[in-house]
Amino acid sequence: MQHEEILHRCFRCGYCKLPGNYTDINCPAYLSFRFETYSPGGRMWLLRAWLDKKIDAGSRFAEIMFSCATCGNCVEHCAFPEFRDRLLLAFIAGKEALLEAGCAPPAVRDYLTKMQLHGNAYARPMKKSGEWARDLDLPAYSDQEYLFFTDDAGTWDPRGQEIARSVATLLRQANVSFGVIPQGLCSDGNDVGAMGETALFEELAKKNIDVLSKFNVRKIITLSPHSFNALKNDYPALGGAYQVFHYTQVLAFAMSRLTFSENSDPVKIAFHDPCYLGRHNADYASGRMMLQAVPGINLVEMDRNRNDALCCGGGGGNFFTDLLSGGDDSSARVRVREAADAGARILAVACPQCAVMLEDAVKVENLDQTLRVAEVSEIVMERVALTY
Amino acid sequence: MHTKKTPIKFDPDLCVKCETTACLMNCQYIEFADRAEARAEKLKINEGKDSRVLHECLTCYACQEYCPFGNNPFYLLVERQEEKGILPAPKPIVEEQLRMMGPKGRLTKAPVSSPVVNMCTFPMLTGCVRGKLFEGASVIVGTDIFCNVMWLHFAKNSTIRERVPKMIDNIMSFYLSDADTNEMVCFHDECYGTYTSVADAYGIDVPFTPIHPFDFYNQRLDALKAHIKPLNAKIVYQRPCSNRLCPETDSTLDEIFEKIGADRVPRKYDRKTALCCGGVPRAHQRDEFADELVEKNIDDMLTTGATYCVFNCPFCMSTLGQEVADQGLMPILVSDLIQIALGD
Amino acid sequence: MTSDLIARLGEIVGPRYVSGHAEERYLYSMDQGTMPPAAPDAVVMPKNTEEVRQVVRLANELKTPVVPMGAGLVLSGLTRALKGGIIVDMKRMNHIIEVNPKSRYAVVEGGVSQGMLQAYLKKHHPELKHSMPDAPPIATLAGNVCIHGSGHLSVLGGSHSDMLTGMEVVLPTGEIVRTGSCSVAGQWFARSPLPDLSGLFMGWSGTTGIVTKLGIKLFPSYKHNDVLVFVAEDADLMPEIISRLTSTQVAEDMTPWMTPKPEWARGFLHINIAYGAHTKKELTFKRNLLQASVREYADQKIAGFLPLPPPQKGRFLKIPSPDLARFADLRKGGGFEYVGAIMAIEKFADAYRAGLAIAEKYQVSYSLGARIIGAGHCMMFFFAYAFNRADAEDVRRASDALEATNTAALDMGGIPWKAEEPAQKQIIEKMDPETFALMEKIRGVLDPNGIMNPGNWEK
Repeated sequence: MQHEEILHRCFRCGYCKLPGNYTDINCPAYLSFRFETYSPGGRMWLLRAWLDKKIDAGSRFAEIMFSCATCGNCVEHCAFPEFRDRLLLAFIAGKEALLEAGCAPPAVRDYLTKMQLHGNAYARPMKKSGEWARDLDLPAYSDQEYLFFTDDAGTWDPRGQEIARSVATLLRQANVSFGVIPQGLCSDGNDVGAMGETALFEELAKKNIDVLSKFNVRKIITLSPHSFNALKNDYPALGGAYQVFHYTQVLAFAMSRLTFSENSDPVKIAFHDPCYLGRHNADYASGRMMLQAVPGINLVEMDRNRNDALCCGGGGGNFFTDLLSGGDDSSARVRVREAADAGARILAVACPQCAVMLEDAVKVENLDQTLRVAEVSEIVMERVALTY
Repeated sequence: MHTKKTPIKFDPDLCVKCETTACLMNCQYIEFADRAEARAEKLKINEGKDSRVLHECLTCYACQEYCPFGNNPFYLLVERQEEKGILPAPKPIVEEQLRMMGPKGRLTKAPVSSPVVNMCTFPMLTGCVRGKLFEGASVIVGTDIFCNVMWLHFAKNSTIRERVPKMIDNIMSFYLSDADTNEMVCFHDECYGTYTSVADAYGIDVPFTPIHPFDFYNQRLDALKAHIKPLNAKIVYQRPCSNRLCPETDSTLDEIFEKIGADRVPRKYDRKTALCCGGVPRAHQRDEFADELVEKNIDDMLTTGATYCVFNCPFCMSTLGQEVADQGLMPILVSDLIQIALGD
Repeated sequence: MTSDLIARLGEIVGPRYVSGHAEERYLYSMDQGTMPPAAPDAVVMPKNTEEVRQVVRLANELKTPVVPMGAGLVLSGLTRALKGGIIVDMKRMNHIIEVNPKSRYAVVEGGVSQGMLQAYLKKHHPELKHSMPDAPPIATLAGNVCIHGSGHLSVLGGSHSDMLTGMEVVLPTGEIVRTGSCSVAGQWFARSPLPDLSGLFMGWSGTTGIVTKLGIKLFPSYKHNDVLVFVAEDADLMPEIISRLTSTQVAEDMTPWMTPKPEWARGFLHINIAYGAHTKKELTFKRNLLQASVREYADQKIAGFLPLPPPQKGRFLKIPSPDLARFADLRKGGGFEYVGAIMAIEKFADAYRAGLAIAEKYQVSYSLGARIIGAGHCMMFFFAYAFNRADAEDVRRASDALEATNTAALDMGGIPWKAEEPAQKQIIEKMDPETFALMEKIRGVLDPNGIMNPGNWEK
């Protein structure tokens, strides 16, 4: 397997388990299961042991490996320079090796099968991929400045669709020139890649690149940070080089074009950094800039923010495979408790996966009377004086 | 192979004839009862005898500037300190720094083109070489091209003699010999002092043309005149010891400040009476004295109502920056101040 | 039997938090050091004291060994299941129960990490701090106190076991006892004036009970903090230098270090001296006291303080220092272990030379250093050796060097700290026989079935 030469170099010192301020456990899988095996160091040593034939690949091992949310906290906080840059790559390579060995949790297998057969995780016919926009009357992409790219969740998940619609509406309100390609685009493949299914990722990416080329797309606004990551960092090597922006990055600079309704009640909002916008792509500013531009919003910070943010638990495909839930300390549940502790009334998200994960957690934690999860464009739209 | 040491360029007769003993009489750190005493101490140094000056010297380089004849009083003093084994700092401190700052043999040949900017041992500051001011610049950096003047503070002329030629050789063979230029812009005027004043006094050949940062900035500002947005700000300047080796450049700095609209507010401890930043006395284990210098210096800065405290020496900035910031002045390097005026 | 054990444990803690899987049995069979693996039959993670008690009772019933474990970072293999059984991973018990700012103590559960308490205090009680060891921040307070750890306030407050104010412990037979003031008064302010039962659980390597709560002293956290680095060349001067520096009663922490890398440091003896103050003026005053205490050496030019501009001090002020974990990457092989010997200060030069000689003999990558404990009352002198985990020969060399170091430390009159199982035997050999007999008697009373971390502290 790739990167196997670094596995033994992990000392298991455990900096990877924590945020930079050591507040609490910050590795989603370790937080949820608590066995050392589920920590980044545990995975490193187990992979080494598997390659050395000291343990067999079974369902437990597969669960341990695939429960990694690829949130990047370990990369951020590992004590070894350079080595740490390869941590996630090693885990992904480990997943790839497990897939090759025919050893994947059933939920992972199902997810990948759906992706293979349908090009999306919802097993929906791709010809209906424009339905999320329904009555919005969005222009088909032709000569606009940007293409608006919705990910799997934004295209098919009911809550994701709401968010996609809200973002599109706000982009229009802010006079951003964009269009959509209603048919032909499939999943960005980011999470397929994070599960180690490299060949399938490349297949999906190439399908998208073909479509994007046909439309001569140059600039893309993505709904999901996951898409942003794949399109920005992985597509170029496959022949698809574009200027890629997460929607918050475009809107952050378009906020001055909006007019806000007066008499909005002041509200405390905490911003939840999406891993694929934050740690993976070092943008901690755009989402906050959007919120700070809105009168009446009092931005508060959770103990773990920016490069210390706790993942919602949906990364690495867990949004679809749900390997991390089940205990009191699933990442999403801990995260909403943290938001409530910070005094926030709204937990702002900038990713449809985070939205769904955290909304579910708010219900489980019985916080729905005091804490609301909302996506940033929704928060902004609630306060914008509409001009059309 | 043992090569014979070239003596410091120094004419004892000039000293004997000198009617001011300006080198010691202007010293801000050693007091003399009268000129006669100062002269007597200076003659002792010249003759290779022990003098209290050799023990009390703060190594601020200022006497190099004060001497009206350019007779290298400071280089000679350091020579005598080393001959007599008078260590300004404890031996392990010097030895350890000698190793830290020693050549590491890590250079690889790299193409460079004009302007070639020498960042000496400040790799953390290479980000300063940016924008219109340094457009097209190539940066060279590292202990393998370290100017090595710091050893003047530690009675180590021998190290200067040993290492400076090696550094010059590195600069040439790894960079300049194949470059389109024979000029090297020194980011720090300590380097410029090495390749001009020190090289001249120690008989070291310099096959390239060192350019002082102020001369470089000043010329660039002429070229970039249209981009300058005057700062209209009062500043205080922390003149470093290294500028004593090239005092003629101080007036160029005035021209720079004028061009960018920075008002260098006159104060007690600027120009010829500039105070040491306090860094070297700490290495000499004189922290309490360093504290006094810092306090006097910053109190003086605060009387001016300035916004910025401007440094040209990165070491001064590293030593004083936090203290200055704590007192409400913004510490900034000359180059960064210029960048602000240029809108970069 | 194992499936029965897993099922019974699952009834206590819930099935999610017990495992008999090969993966957990493999990973919990070893730590980062050189000791050979010894796998448990099960790993269990209780959530509260009652669950711990039930686990222990079950172990008695089944005559199964129980091995308590914090973060498993001891490096000397003390949390391996030498005779199989159950490893009790305490990290789910991670609540900070109380902070008493006036009497300056905190009460925490047995799985609370050092980093978590540090973060909690910074947020809720910025005027207070506790003594952090240089272990990674995931290390637990309970584990560290139980091994007589030391840390960043050890000159001020002694070893971390000295900072203990009380404990709640599940005995090997399942009773829950409390030591210190909390056993009488409800508050956790002191171990005195009662018979000090806390000693029954510290230094015993988990053979006498499982600590489920503890009280720990807190200290003032200063607004202004500084570090001085003193450098000398002559190891024989070190005891006197340490004595003079500690005589000022100013330092919070003093850590000598001697390493061959970076190259500039080779052959020099450094002492990091950390101190803090409420005001800058007070900080300067303290610095002057420290400097004055060793002025004589500076005047003779034989030793002095390294000039460090403020920006360069940051890495020395980071608590804990990640440099220690980074030492494991020295040989790009993810491993290091050290002998930390608690010894008298005057043995410094002997220990230093022994360390150099052993490193030379066994050709191991080394780092030597110490932490001064108390106002120069003793030190933990460490001999650390890095190794490449993937290279069996390299691991063996490190292991041999560690064994030789344990012997050398004992010969010098030092005592290996958190000693590996073989080193425990070496210590027992040198111990008063009647003292060891008392230890055995106590264990016999506390643990009639011999279930607590068996294989440790045995002849």
